Amino acid sequence: MTVRNAKHATFTIERVYPASPARVFAAWSNKEAKTAWAYCHPEWPVSDHVFDFREGGREHLVTGPAGGTRHVFDAVFHDIVPDQRIVYAYDMHLDERRISVSLATIEFFAVAGGTRLVLTEQGAFLDGYDDIAGREEGTRIGLDNLDRQQRQQRAA
Amino acid sequence: MLNYQAPLDLAFQALADPTRRIMVERLSQGPASVSELAQPLDMTLSAVVQHLAVLEASGLVRSQKVGRVRTCRIEPTALHSAERWISERRASWERRLDRLGTFLVETDPTAKPRRRK
Repeated sequence: MTVRNAKHATFTIERVYPASPARVFAAWSNKEAKTAWAYCHPEWPVSDHVFDFREGGREHLVTGPAGGTRHVFDAVFHDIVPDQRIVYAYDMHLDERRISVSLATIEFFAVAGGTRLVLTEQGAFLDGYDDIAGREEGTRIGLDNLDRQQRQQRAA
Repeated sequence: MLNYQAPLDLAFQALADPTRRIMVERLSQGPASVSELAQPLDMTLSAVVQHLAVLEASGLVRSQKVGRVRTCRIEPTALHSAERWISERRASWERRLDRLGTFLVETDPTAKPRRRK
């Protein structure tokens, strides 16, 4: 049985790059450029990739280890201000299981010598991430060991 | 890894007691009031409250008092895994933004003399 829960989290990450805001923005707005750096596991084959970078457009990426769990990323670009800001909402599925729904805000600020990028993710993280059944199994084994240990202590 | 080991030890200590295991089993079916928890147990309510305190200290169970009723619920292990999932998401972004940095340096037109005007 899946334990239903939603955990909310917000985090912000900053980087300063020695490149103009236009170049940094292009790395997010161009499909080929984004493919070069943005995917968690570049070695995984991509079975489907739609990249429609405009307000109201979507990005859809299906990837994952060959023969393994399908990782499905679905995003809608809500706000695009060239060289300054991108806001998109996205969800992540592992096979059929939705594991998170998030809002990502990417801001680009011109600074001396380059660009300060500020990424903020606000997310609802759903039903835990790893295999719940496996964890329950792990707990049960732990309790069994504890029982055995207690029996041994009583017998001694 | 003391920070991770300590809660686990507390949890196992809490579960070493058969009464507390019955309480946890009951709560794994859903939230319950203290009197509901005490009902199948052959002991005083104050003894149940003491066991509950041990379970709460271990992080396995939390309780909340609304009006005159204290409701207990199990702290789903999935919450811990959600926290881990969130830190993995953050770490994944960190790695990708580092790769973006590498990408920007590698594709920097001004760094390639043959492309300079």
